[in-house]
Amino acid sequence: MELKELYRDVILDHNRSPRNFGRLEPSDSQAAGHNPLCGDKLNLTLRLQGDRVEDLRFEGQGCAISTASASLMTEAVKGRTRAQIARLYEDVHTLLTAHGADAGAGAGAADLGKLMALAGVAEFPARVKCASLCWHTLNAALERAPVTVSTE
Amino acid sequence: MSGNAAAVREQSITVPPFDAVAVRAQFPILARQINGKPLVYLDSAASSQRPLAVLRAVEHYETALHANVHRGVHSLSQWATDAYEQAREIVRRHLNARSTREIVFVRGTTEAINLVANSWGRSQIKAGDEILITYLEHHANIVPWQMLCAATGARLRAAPVKPNGELDLDGLRALLSASTRLVAVAHVSNALGTILPVQEIVHLAHARGIPVLLDGAQAVPHQSVDLQALDCDFYAFSGHKVYGPTGIGVLYARESLLAAMPPWQGGGDMILSVGIERSTYNELPWRFEAGTPNISGAIGLGAALQFLQSLGVEAVAAHEHGLLQLASERLAALPGIRLVGTASHKAAVLSFTMDGVHPHDIGTVLDSEGIAIRTGHHCAMPIMELFGLAATARASFGCYNSAEDVERLVEGLKKVRQVFG
Repeated sequence: MELKELYRDVILDHNRSPRNFGRLEPSDSQAAGHNPLCGDKLNLTLRLQGDRVEDLRFEGQGCAISTASASLMTEAVKGRTRAQIARLYEDVHTLLTAHGADAGAGAGAADLGKLMALAGVAEFPARVKCASLCWHTLNAALERAPVTVSTE
Repeated sequence: MSGNAAAVREQSITVPPFDAVAVRAQFPILARQINGKPLVYLDSAASSQRPLAVLRAVEHYETALHANVHRGVHSLSQWATDAYEQAREIVRRHLNARSTREIVFVRGTTEAINLVANSWGRSQIKAGDEILITYLEHHANIVPWQMLCAATGARLRAAPVKPNGELDLDGLRALLSASTRLVAVAHVSNALGTILPVQEIVHLAHARGIPVLLDGAQAVPHQSVDLQALDCDFYAFSGHKVYGPTGIGVLYARESLLAAMPPWQGGGDMILSVGIERSTYNELPWRFEAGTPNISGAIGLGAALQFLQSLGVEAVAAHEHGLLQLASERLAALPGIRLVGTASHKAAVLSFTMDGVHPHDIGTVLDSEGIAIRTGHHCAMPIMELFGLAATARASFGCYNSAEDVERLVEGLKKVRQVFG
């Protein structure tokens, strides 16, 4: 259990300077995530263009893992469709919960890009919920958002 | 039949010099390496570790004495009953209660408070009544009262706390009203370490004829408790915070109150006779111990209290206070560290935050150095909210900690700063 595996440079960088931080005004949907055990709070606002997440922002307070994960997530999902995001979420979930030899060996690992920085979290089971809070919040925001029928 | 009577030793009068290294050696788990580093255990407020004396007492019971209690005519059952009831006597003597009839074994502080809320509360509390707690309480001394209030229409009120974490006694006094039926407060705050002025609180409440419940979970490990001097009406504590096993705790209740309380759980052991129409309940305290109790837990708790007595409760308290002072000074000198809760009377708990670093990240980095602390809201969310904090890091001390542990903590916090810049 190496500390450097968890707090990789990418994680520390996104914790120090979170991307897409703040609130989108106006927005099509928003959701609040709360992890009462840690006290982490996350507010997510997003704008949709048809089926696609055109833009999104998050704000709140949390640990380095939860902040960096949210920051990385906003970069990863911006411009993607609901279906693409659902697949991405599955791959991230696998990444966060896979232990030992399975770690990072998921089929979609190659597509995860910078999100691979979260691979070390799997070795710290107590921290998995920190990294997944933003994804649950995003799912809630997407479920709440009106599904617009694409005219394309 | 009383072959185990020798196990009940008189409390030592002479206090031996305190040797934390020798004390630590009596706790096998503290010899473990965590992440390649010798363990520094600073989470005793969540759960303390257990000395060999407790482990051996439990092993002896399990390997030589076990059978069900209060039931059999055979030798094992008699020995088990003797050992279980001797543990009750050890508890009585440790707390200076008048009678073992006032000592009820329960699962822990949480169950003790739930017992009072369900038995005493449901029979005494009515719509419009008030129960007074403080903002410092552990959830175990909040939620049972909320449930009671929801069921009865009573109202829960909370006395305010000063910015340094001390109880605002004037604020508490102002909240005592003609409707107040119970004052339920922590003896020592688990989140901040504040020692509450419980003697004054009991005087204030009793002057108005209001009974007082004290949550002693964080007090019993760190100071001597004299229930006759305190004169409170209910007192609750847990075994696992005082070097005993988990799943065992104690409710002390003044006999006159306990005698008038209806049973809260029905079953074996709490009855004298059972017919299909009705049953006759057992005497105190067994009326409140339905079902086969945690016999080995009670015996382990008895051994734990004897262990604490062998060190000298006051000697342990003085040792821990020294560590608390040392740690407070050393941490306050580190850049960006803020101590949360600086009451003038504190037990061995040090809550703190670090600028720019979330407590969970502090906890993970310290763990990589073999240092175990608690991070989060400490099951005391109202006080955290009052301080505008979602979480703190908390180091808490026990009899086995030393100045070296404090130095390791300080070095660990420097490492945290290195990682997060």
